Amino acid sequence: MSTNSLLSIAGVRIEFGSEDEPLVAVRDVSLDIAPGEVVGLVGESGSGKSLTCRSVMRLVAAPGRVADGRVTFDGRDVLAMESRELRAFRANDVGMIFQDPFSSLNPVFRIGDQLMETLRANRGLDKAEAKAEAIALLERVGIPDPPRRLLAYPHELSGGMRQRIMIALATASEPRLLIADEPTTALDVTTQAQILALLLKMRDDLGMAVLLVSHDFGVIAQVCDRVAVMYGGHIVETGPVEAIYDNPQHPYTRALLESVPELESAGRAQPRAGIPGQPPELGEVLPGCVFAPRCAFAQPECLTISMDLAPVGPAHACACPVRPFAPVGAVPAAAVPRSTEA
Amino acid sequence: MSTTVPLTPAAPVAEATAGHRRLHRLRGLPTSAKIGFAMLAILVLAAALAPLIAPYGQNQLDFAQQLASPSSSHLFGTDDTGRDVFTRTLYGLRVDLLIVLFVTYIAVPIGVLAGAAAGYFGGWVDAVISRVVDVVVAFPFFVLVIAIVAIVGPGVKGVIIGVPLAGWALYARLARSEMLVMREQPFMLATTALGYTRRRAIFRHAIPNLIRSSLIYSTVDLVVNMLLLASLSYLGLGAQPPNAELGTVIAQGQSTLLDAWWVATLPGLVLVAFGVAVGLIGDGLSDGKLRGGRS
Repeated sequence: MSTNSLLSIAGVRIEFGSEDEPLVAVRDVSLDIAPGEVVGLVGESGSGKSLTCRSVMRLVAAPGRVADGRVTFDGRDVLAMESRELRAFRANDVGMIFQDPFSSLNPVFRIGDQLMETLRANRGLDKAEAKAEAIALLERVGIPDPPRRLLAYPHELSGGMRQRIMIALATASEPRLLIADEPTTALDVTTQAQILALLLKMRDDLGMAVLLVSHDFGVIAQVCDRVAVMYGGHIVETGPVEAIYDNPQHPYTRALLESVPELESAGRAQPRAGIPGQPPELGEVLPGCVFAPRCAFAQPECLTISMDLAPVGPAHACACPVRPFAPVGAVPAAAVPRSTEA
Repeated sequence: MSTTVPLTPAAPVAEATAGHRRLHRLRGLPTSAKIGFAMLAILVLAAALAPLIAPYGQNQLDFAQQLASPSSSHLFGTDDTGRDVFTRTLYGLRVDLLIVLFVTYIAVPIGVLAGAAAGYFGGWVDAVISRVVDVVVAFPFFVLVIAIVAIVGPGVKGVIIGVPLAGWALYARLARSEMLVMREQPFMLATTALGYTRRRAIFRHAIPNLIRSSLIYSTVDLVVNMLLLASLSYLGLGAQPPNAELGTVIAQGQSTLLDAWWVATLPGLVLVAFGVAVGLIGDGLSDGKLRGGRS
């Protein structure tokens, strides 16, 4: 894809079930991340966002498989790596943190042992070096009194602290990309803000790119440069965070934004409208636009269009050719209708 | 990123805290488990120090003192050939503990490794290991051991070979089922995401988490194996006279049970004490009150 991208996901398709009748969870997803960029991947549960980011590290669990597409990291084909190379890639180039900081740390080991193990295994430090470096890592992620915390077990720490430790682990080898899969979902709001601030600080200090997965537009808006909105296994809209936030073009993006409660609406008897209906089931094959059954602006032609992204602004693309929110007089995006499904 | 943190002042404090916490772990145990540990410690010490403590030789006959009742010179009395029962109990316990610890704890790592591999890899590895486990578990334990005794001849050799041969299977089952759960834990996914080798993920991260249930179960096994060994000896298939072993001591005492109750009863009580001690420990461990363990 573009020459300066660090990570390039191109046409990735993730399937479950049999080869003959696969259940497709992610369809033709493409995404580029430049060095040092913070990209958000947003969507409801089941939209395929976690699977997409797991495919980057080849962590799609057993019955699932990446059936098509390419994942390129710094010019190297991730999906083609053999095991030794893949391990080195996971150890040094990409870090990943998970949603649940309560179970992402091994309960029987002290924090220090886990950090030092990672440093010794992945960076080949000796014991004393690893200990000094572990203390430095804990300081970097803002944990007070690191020498004492090294001796703590995970269950002795709060959720926010554990997530900081996870960040310290994942960034121990100063990766160029950090994948954060719902890193703040299990945390309360104040802790959430601290963790997000920490991620941004790490980005600035280490020049690390971040792929942030969340279902919460509020989280995405706080930290991301660019956003990709996923629905039903497709990316439906992608663009700079301001453009998505101020000028959403896809009806799903708009519905998602409108479903985020705002502080000003508190006390006013104006409950937020959710999106009517349910997201598509895995394996449900919908003709045309996957969002059409729930879309307030659906047109008859929505059942035949493709889900290809078409540019609607600078670095801003949208999969909805109807474009109900386009300024008056704008040309519909899909002037050339394509009917092939990706 | 070399560190600028002053390490030296922090380190001694850290070490002290670590030692302190290790003590703390034991303090967190329920009282019953502490009693169990104390009883076991006494038994093990007495057995280990048998040559020093025992007032007589284990086969030292004394026909002037046949079937003497317990007294200050013969704590547990004497048997029908005047041998000191206390001495024989100590030596018997020594033999029994050695054999039982060996046969039980050689089975644990074998079973845990096999089960962990089955659970982690699944597929044909799991199929093969699980079927072998099923066969071993389905085979009557006692019959298997007696069959092996029949092959190698009477003596403790049959127990030493037969018990681990059957004993590993239950640990494999336990470890497999725990591994199936463990495999799905986010921290196991994290080990992959951190680029750890599979070996490291299994040995360093999964097994320490799943060994606990096997260790708890092993306390039950210890008692079962102890009784098995004593029963086989009692039947004449285990340890052979004249050397002392609890089962043989009890078996020999049985013939004089009506005249001299102490010969069979007192060694039997030692066996019971061992069972109670180990049972209390196992109970305490499974209560999950260990600091740092899962609850």
